[in-house]
Amino acid sequence: MIEALIKFLCAIVWFLLLSLYLTWAERKESAVMQDRVGANRANFFGFRILGLFQPLADAIKMMTKEDFTPAFSKRFLHNLAPFLSFFFVAVTISTIPFGSHLMIGGKEFRLQVIDLNVGILFVLALLALSIYGVILSGWVSNNRWTLLGGLRGSAQLISYEVALGLSLIGIIMVFPSLKFSEIVGFQSELLFGWLPKWGVFLQPLGLIIFLMAAMAESERVPFDLPEGESEIVGFFTEYGGLKYGLYMFTDFMKVLIIACLLTTLFFGGYHVPWLYADGFHFPWGGDWLLPHGIVVLFQVIMFNLKVFFFCWLQILIRWTYPRFRYDQLMDFGWKFLIPLSLFNIAATAVLMSL
Amino acid sequence: MTTRIQKEARKESLLINMGPSHPAMHGTIRIMLELDGEKVRNSEVEVGYLHRGFEKTCENKTYFNLLPYTDRLNYVSPLINNVGYVMTIEKLMDIKVPERAQYIRVIMSELSRISDHLTALAAMTMECGAFTVFLYYIKAREEIWNVIEKTTGARMTTSYIRIGGVRTDLHPDFKTDVAKAMKVTRDVLRDVKGLLDKNKIWIDRTRGVAVVSPDMAINYGFTGPCLRASGVKYDVRKAHPYLVYDRLDFIVPLGEKGDNYDRYMVRMKEMEQSLRIVEQCVEKIPESVPEVKGKIEPAEAIKASRARKPDAKIKLSPNLKGSEKEKYPSILTDSKGVKVPPKEDTYTGIEGLINHFKFFMRGHGIRPPKGEVYFSVEGGSGELGYYIVSDGTDQPYRLHLRGPCFHIVSALEEMIKGHYIADVIPTFGSTNMIGGELDR
Repeated sequence: MIEALIKFLCAIVWFLLLSLYLTWAERKESAVMQDRVGANRANFFGFRILGLFQPLADAIKMMTKEDFTPAFSKRFLHNLAPFLSFFFVAVTISTIPFGSHLMIGGKEFRLQVIDLNVGILFVLALLALSIYGVILSGWVSNNRWTLLGGLRGSAQLISYEVALGLSLIGIIMVFPSLKFSEIVGFQSELLFGWLPKWGVFLQPLGLIIFLMAAMAESERVPFDLPEGESEIVGFFTEYGGLKYGLYMFTDFMKVLIIACLLTTLFFGGYHVPWLYADGFHFPWGGDWLLPHGIVVLFQVIMFNLKVFFFCWLQILIRWTYPRFRYDQLMDFGWKFLIPLSLFNIAATAVLMSL
Repeated sequence: MTTRIQKEARKESLLINMGPSHPAMHGTIRIMLELDGEKVRNSEVEVGYLHRGFEKTCENKTYFNLLPYTDRLNYVSPLINNVGYVMTIEKLMDIKVPERAQYIRVIMSELSRISDHLTALAAMTMECGAFTVFLYYIKAREEIWNVIEKTTGARMTTSYIRIGGVRTDLHPDFKTDVAKAMKVTRDVLRDVKGLLDKNKIWIDRTRGVAVVSPDMAINYGFTGPCLRASGVKYDVRKAHPYLVYDRLDFIVPLGEKGDNYDRYMVRMKEMEQSLRIVEQCVEKIPESVPEVKGKIEPAEAIKASRARKPDAKIKLSPNLKGSEKEKYPSILTDSKGVKVPPKEDTYTGIEGLINHFKFFMRGHGIRPPKGEVYFSVEGGSGELGYYIVSDGTDQPYRLHLRGPCFHIVSALEEMIKGHYIADVIPTFGSTNMIGGELDR
């Protein structure tokens, strides 16, 4: 019990802190892309350090703002909506494996909060549930624009959730398990004696579908229809202060969790190529034996690096493309991604039966 | 008060108010939409939120004093407004403008046109969600406005083009500054082309949306890029050449279908042509270097005047910084009574002082002959025409502005009908509606 609590605390602190600093990363990366400087004014006793205090300043500002509820909305539901979104996304981190095992005093600790036997389904279900926050906020704000936003959110989720699930069926066929730990375990093996057996090499098409569907799930440009700031202003128009901040924060947490899923399912999770429990065994000969602690450290660092890479990639895509239109998005989901993922399943089945 | 759309709307449709305060309704305009799901069944555009009585105000100002009001029409390209107004008066009074001033006017018009198109496309792309493109465009516009600022002293409300010429000469670094601004603009256009021209999302969003047929465009009175996007070849610069446009080599880009993509594309191509025009002008412009003979500091000048030496020639520059001008740059007409006499003359000679007073006194100043005149220039978003009736006094009896956006926005209801709510905004952006010009 205490072990699980400590592990969950570590995971959630990692998750929230990184999401907080993802706002900084997004600001800075977009600034670099757009020939700007980006946030750099927030300081602590005169120290600016590239604006690294900006997220903290933002958080303080959000918290100290007036907690405003429009008179024509239902107060309880209006307050509930952002927390729904936030909660369902925040919980998903508990299934992600950060590393294999850590041995302390002869006792084995998994670097994963809980290894559910339906890990993938659990994550997908919770991510889908988080849309209730969007729908609820759109409806309960009693504003026609936010209502449109909420409806867009639900329509988008339905279009993409199917493709998202179908794209993962290929992975489940290749790595026959729903447990994240086992899926990662399968990926430690080698193909042809040298290539790591990562999902990306076995399911390249699945990766592309998953990436597109997951980005649609995260509701950011080019799929930010529920928000659509220049069109319908967004489902959270009637929110301010911390509750608005929670929606923003949930966005970044989704980016992070998608990066975690991509890493875990398609890029070998915490595995470093050719690193085993006792150290490196290179395919071209030669070993580099390492103590247990260092191996685990390598794994955790590798996991983080991969996650950072996919966060970077998502921010890059977000600041490059224009937004889809409502009907085009549905077409894209139903007429392109779903047939493609069905083809992926069929092709995987045929190849596996050979 | 129930509006037309409230009476006509079906009971089950969603009526929604886009604007007057909506992030995409730049320049305050209101569009009432009748929605069927996300589809626009019907709409009603309401203009006039920025009405300031421009035309009536002008009737109560002298010809010289109303020039700054024209800056506030299309505030993204104020220099073209100046040119249009000033040339209308010049046509009425038959004033000849020095060639150098004509070239300067063309350069300034084209720079303004680029900044106008940049702004229009920046807004349009940002409304489609391409925020990076928006900032690229604004970066280029910033460079162009820096040049304009350095030349005219202001970024938006320039009042630089004066009746009979221009206010000041180009500054010495103008060529290098313009070259730098044009390089930045070219780079930006190249980057944006790379980001958007073949981008599937962008093409899907803009192709086939809000198609305006040539007939419809002509019937509504479209001009400028929106008309040319529909494939009608009409450009005031080519059809009725003014200034030195007939001596310059440029082509008028045309669209094929008249949809949002064409309106984007025509503007992109026009900016390239404008860059070419600026380059040609910078090369061809006749030189006018004032001969500088010595220099008297203001303090010395005051000392000399106190010493009462009648033979000491004291000359001060307009900016009173002490640089002495022996020869005036050839940027203002020679005709008397239509230009502000140079400050050197006003401050040093009795004749200049009298001229100055005569110019600014009510009932004197610029007094065109009786008659009426219409003159139009190619503005940022179309034909910008001024119609002036003169009764022989120093104030216009009537001044009417033919703003290009007014005619284009009047077609907006028909353009957005049957499209999605997400298309309303880029369509609106592609018309390049500028509140100051639309509502006057």
